This record gives sequence, C-alpha cells and structure tokens, in this order.
Amino acid sequence: MATPKISREDVQHVARLARLELSEAELERMRVEMDAILTYMDKLRSLDTAGVEPTSHAVPLHNVLRDDEPRPSASRDDMLANAPDRAGDFFRVPRIIEE
Amino acid sequence: MLAALTIEALGARFRDGSATPSAAAEAYLDRIAALDPKVRAFMTVTRDTALAQAAEADARFRAGAPRGPLDGIPIALKDVLCTRGITTACGSRILERFVPPYDATVYERLRAAGAVLLGKLNMDEFAMGSSTENSAFFTTRNPWDLGRVPGGSSGGSAAAVSADMAAATLGTDTGGSIRQPAAFCGNVGLKPTYGRVSRYGLVAFASSLDQVGPFTKTVADAAHVLRVIAGHDPQDSTSAEVPVSDYRGGLKGGVQGLRLGIPREYFIDGMDPEVERAVRAAVDVLRGLGAKTEEVSLPHTEYGLAAYYLIGPAEASSNLARYDGVRYGLRVPGARDIVEMESRTRAAGFGREVKRRIMLGTYALSAGYYDAYYGQALRVRTLVARDFRQAFERVDAIVAPTTPSVAFKVGEKEDPLQMYLNDVFTIPASLAGVPGVSLPGGFTLAGLPIGLQVIGKAYDEATVLRVAHAYEQATDWYTRKPVLP
Repeated sequence: MATPKISREDVQHVARLARLELSEAELERMRVEMDAILTYMDKLRSLDTAGVEPTSHAVPLHNVLRDDEPRPSASRDDMLANAPDRAGDFFRVPRIIEE
Repeated sequence: MLAALTIEALGARFRDGSATPSAAAEAYLDRIAALDPKVRAFMTVTRDTALAQAAEADARFRAGAPRGPLDGIPIALKDVLCTRGITTACGSRILERFVPPYDATVYERLRAAGAVLLGKLNMDEFAMGSSTENSAFFTTRNPWDLGRVPGGSSGGSAAAVSADMAAATLGTDTGGSIRQPAAFCGNVGLKPTYGRVSRYGLVAFASSLDQVGPFTKTVADAAHVLRVIAGHDPQDSTSAEVPVSDYRGGLKGGVQGLRLGIPREYFIDGMDPEVERAVRAAVDVLRGLGAKTEEVSLPHTEYGLAAYYLIGPAEASSNLARYDGVRYGLRVPGARDIVEMESRTRAAGFGREVKRRIMLGTYALSAGYYDAYYGQALRVRTLVARDFRQAFERVDAIVAPTTPSVAFKVGEKEDPLQMYLNDVFTIPASLAGVPGVSLPGGFTLAGLPIGLQVIGKAYDEATVLRVAHAYEQATDWYTRKPVLP
C-alpha cells in the first residue's frame, strides 16, 4: 500500500484552519476521502509546467475603477434583518477578548 | 396546453390575444401543483408574486405596449440567485432562513423585461455536485425517469423546464452545472462566456469560474434570455464591457461554410457507446448542413478535472469563510467562544460534500502544499486555455458530447471521485472561460436524453447558438417530451 498522502493530524489541522468541528468518525472518513482525491491529483505533477504562467482568472482584468461618487447604500435594518443574534444596531457574538 | 409552449410561441399567443400572461401563469402554477410533488424541482413557489407580475403584464398587452419577447413569460430561478424578500437557501441548512435584502442583477433584468417569477429551484448545496443529491433538503428527480437524477448542480432548473413547469429558468455553471443537467434532462442549457453575465447577487462558489445562464426548450429561446441578462453591470467588476448582440437575429445564418472541430480527447474509453454514436451522428448532420468538420486536439483535457477540483475547492474555501454565524444564516447557540461558535455552526450548517471541498481547498492553499497543488493547478489551467486558443485558430466552434454518459440512478454514485468524473467534458471550457451550450442530441434506446455540446470562442455566443440552432432545427429531438405520471 502506498504511503498515505494525508495524516489524521493533517486533517485535524486543516479542519481547525477551516473552522469545521469534525467528529472522530467524520475525521477518519474525511482522511480516507481526501487521500483518494489527492492521489488522483498526482496526475497533475506528471505534467511539465516549467515556464508556464499561472492563470488565476479566465479573463484578464486589471484595476477596474469607477468615479468616486457617493451613492446611497443599503439600510441598516435591511443589513441586520438576517442577524442570528441582534442587539439593537449590533450583531452580538460570544466574547472574543479575555477579561 | 400553454405550459408546453416555447417562449416564442407563448409570446405570439399573448400578442394575438389568444392567451394572457395571467392564464399562462395559472397554467404553470397548476402544473407545478400537479407534478412537482413527484419531480421536486421547486424549493419555493412564489404564487402571489407570479400572479401580481402576470396581471401587470396583462395590462401592458391590453394597452398594446408589451416590453419585448420575455414580457409575461413565466420563469424560475436557481435558489443561488438572490431575490429580495424571498428565501434563498442555496440548498444549504446554513442559509435555510436567509432572506436576501436585494435582487440579483439577472432577476432585476428579467423582471424589467416583464418576466413572471414562478419560484426558486432546488440545487446541490452551494452548487457543489452533479445530481442535486447534495441538496440539504431533497433530491430532484429526472422527468424522463423519476428513478434517475436530473444532473446538477442546477438540477431543479433543468427538471423544471423539461417537465414544463417553467418556460425558462436560470442556473449557474462553475464546471458544468448548467450543461450537464441540460444534457440529462434533454433541454437547452447555455453557459455564457465568463464575464458575459453579471454575478451581482449570485451566492459565490468559485469566483474565477461561476457564470449564470439559461435553460430553455429551444435554442431560439436561449437567445432571447441571453439578450436580456447579458451585458456589463457596474455592480460586478468582473462583468465584461463587451457589446451584446441580437442573438436571435443571428441564428438565421446557418452553418454553411463554418469550420467545426471535433476534439479527439472527448471520445474516451469507458464512455457510453450510445452517447458516442449520437454525437458522431450529430456531426454528420452538421456536415450535411454544409459545415466543414475536422478533428482537433485539446491535449490537456484529461488534466482539466484534477485542476478544477483544486481550483474550485480553493476558491470555495475562501468564499465560504463568510458563513460564520454572525451576520446571517445559521448559528449554533451555546458556544463558549467565537472559534467554537464558528466551528460548530459550520459543522451543523454544511453538508458532507461542502465540507469535503472546504477541507480540500484549505489544504491545497495551506503552507507547504500551495505550490504543489494550487500553483500547479493554475499552470495547468493556462495549458487548458491555450488548447482552446490554438483550436480556435483553425475552427469556428467545437462540437462534442456534454457528458460521457446519460442520467444515472439516484444513489448510484456514492464515491466522490466517480461523481466528479461526470464533469470531464464540461470542465475544460469552464477553466478556459469560453461559452458552451448543451442541447438535445438524441436518445438512448431506453429513452434517456443525450446532450450535444457546442463550445465557442470567448464572447462568441452568437456562433455557438447558430450552430446549435441549425442542428436543433434539422432534428426533432427537441420536440420530444417526457411522459409524466
């Protein structure tokens, strides 16, 4: 059997970066699936891309600018209407900074 | 039956007074009530909105001043396009109760053209999938065989048109999410050039790839819808300032003298022989109509899939970081700190495929792996785009299968990689940003639709649609309808 592309610790680390709480069962399942997918991705490494510029966007666009004219923006109530926890004109979240 | 008509035929009835937009809206709403419990294309039916918009269209026709070919036409939108005051859930628990405060530009333009909104359509969660089985709510069924998937991610949009539950719908295509379901459901699905249609109000999946486009019953109808939704939008800086032409008028040219390329790499081992046979027969039809056909090579086709499944997830992992349970969407209560709140909310709100892609994308972008995976994928994307540029030096358009096989059974593809392989013929055009349409190209012996794909140069939707229209009108595939119980 080939060496795994990704370890359980790697999966745990990536899940932390991605802010996803995974159960033990999910973690193992994810490792197996990611391993299979990443093995397939090895196909890309067989291609010689020396000297090939990367394409991050299908259509080259640079610095799309418009005149700096003030315009009305969305109303505060509209923007707060979907808040899962609203406190007056604020979005309430759990404590971020330690006392 | 009004619901069976094309946009053009329905518009003609409105103009000659033999039908009204209200009667058409009622006919469609009745059909949705009768059939959608089986097909399950709709997330939300906007009955009151539809009837109110139809009544306004009635008045315009009575006054002899309709707005154009889409006035009074009943349409529906994939549930990834924001509609003010109407839930837009994107197939996800995390947005189950999200009510957008504004309209997507495409909906604004359709409404301004007089179109009537019937509702919002089911999809794979955040447009990630090829079957609608990744919808957090339910799986849409293929109208040609209710045991099969309609394709995805715009499966609801495709099924609604085929079942005559809308005259036209909008979907989105990132790696094939319009063309593949159009192929599976046997209708016309157009992915315009990247940048051709505004994405303002489209919930983002992979921003360098996402594009909005129509599903319709005929190519002519697709031309009408594209004309309305295409064009620069100051609200979307990636929308192109390229003139929009009269696509319907441009269909008349035919294919006499056009050079069409048949890509060698789109006929692979393991593809359904019935699909291959149908596509080769379609090429003969086009040749019979006066097109010059020749074999072309798109040598990096087989690498497209791997590049796409790194680029798409990488961009998705970044785009979906916004679902943090703070400003909108689900929040799981009871967390002690903000990281726990975010991690639990996202764990509860996202489905398996979305989590898998977020994980894959985060990994591909993380320190130590960035260049080997993401960087290499971007370089391969350059090679895929170059393939098309070189082919288009010799030919005006490319004709190919849309998918290697026809609609599969619900629950048949459990393995994520097997599911991804569905997109092998649609991904390259997405990576290159060029336009592509899928249209009915025949049926299998078992009666399932086969999709024919026409791919064109950037911003040359006119030629893509012209080729598609010529083929469509030379065959009668597009006149077939599924028999629904």
